[in-house]
Amino acid sequence: MHVPDGFLDAPTSIATAAAAATAIGLALRGARRELDERVAPLAGLVATFVFATQMINFPVAGGTSGHLMGGALAAVLVGPYTGILCLTVVLGVQAMLFADGGITALGTNVVLMGVVTVVVGYAVARAVQLVLPRRLPMVAVAAALGAIASVLASAAVFVGLYSAGGAVPIPLDTLLTAMLGVHTLIGVGEAVITFLVVASIVSVRPDLVHLARPVLVTRELETRLVAA
Amino acid sequence: MGAPHGHRLHFHGHSPLHRAPAHLKVAGLVAFMLVVVATPVPWVPAFVGYAGVLAVLVALSGVPVPYLARRMVIETPVLVFAALLPFIAVGPRTEVLGLSLSEAGLVAAGGLVMKATLGVVASLLLAATTDPRDLLAGLERLRVPAQLVQIMGFMIRYLDVVTDELRRMRTAMESRGFTARDPRHWPVIGRSAGALFIRSFERGERVHLAMISRGYDGSVRR
Repeated sequence: MHVPDGFLDAPTSIATAAAAATAIGLALRGARRELDERVAPLAGLVATFVFATQMINFPVAGGTSGHLMGGALAAVLVGPYTGILCLTVVLGVQAMLFADGGITALGTNVVLMGVVTVVVGYAVARAVQLVLPRRLPMVAVAAALGAIASVLASAAVFVGLYSAGGAVPIPLDTLLTAMLGVHTLIGVGEAVITFLVVASIVSVRPDLVHLARPVLVTRELETRLVAA
Repeated sequence: MGAPHGHRLHFHGHSPLHRAPAHLKVAGLVAFMLVVVATPVPWVPAFVGYAGVLAVLVALSGVPVPYLARRMVIETPVLVFAALLPFIAVGPRTEVLGLSLSEAGLVAAGGLVMKATLGVVASLLLAATTDPRDLLAGLERLRVPAQLVQIMGFMIRYLDVVTDELRRMRTAMESRGFTARDPRHWPVIGRSAGALFIRSFERGERVHLAMISRGYDGSVRR
């Protein structure tokens, strides 16, 4: 769920907006390294993809369904900097064109769902990759662990922001347990879906997956004479 | 591809609100909502005043009220959450219809509903009266980094293309008898999401090559 207007007080909203702006500034600089001058068209299409995947419903049980948040997925697919830009743009478009998430809470939403999920998701996936065998199928496993960590981190940061500027008196320990409890379930779903999506891409076009680059075996083109 | 196509929430019109410069509308929306968010919840007359301002603007824009009302379903999760607040918040409790509710929670829920509803109506009004292209130009005038605006431009331009692609994939699966009912079907949906990523990325590469062949050098020209 996107944070609406009026959920956090004005000072907290402004502070998170400043934090989001700083992160976006860094991401803009870093994205040039990940995608060189192709940044705009490619990041635009990846942002569109993230938006579209959020529309894909994964049925859970009894008519309920969930969807992907996509922060860790974007980070694993296109790298952390481009991932932050993609998620920021998705959240901005959702706030301004679809009224999903408050406009004053845009900074908060970018921090929670764009920056924290991407950074934590990528860092954890990278760390897991160091431990696991350096093989291509392991990329999806690393992505899945990154995904569950990203969801939990996002929920924890939300509770932190809430303790600073929440407009509703809810006991913090109750909130923290409730948020982490619910988000463990959501995180498991996010991890499974991220695993499935990354595994399917790695099996077809591993060269497109940013996290797969270190383990990708580069094969030189050889020309050989074959006996007739 | 070059033809401008409005997004789904845009309501074509020629009212003063439609004609107003987009950067003023965005800045106005942010300023208005900051004031709303900073207003203490007990000042109910102030909120009535804000609602009045919005009502005048909606009337001025000529956007039909049912059009906006239908799109307000986006607020449902917030309302559900607000309904839970009186039960989970702490503080002195009061009896309402035989239920023990937190007074602070009731006040907070009321405030959240008022502020979130004002935010949703105001944002919907911006979306309904602003063409996406004007919105992008407005964001650029508001000193949003050009590259971010460019990414947003590509996203808005290809939103319908990619969601249509997704719909065609779903139609293709359904015409082969696939209906997703429970998590056992996730691998199929996951694979189609993967295919969607590859198609989107490759489309991005094609778009980029097409732009280079027309002299694109990384900067935007309008």
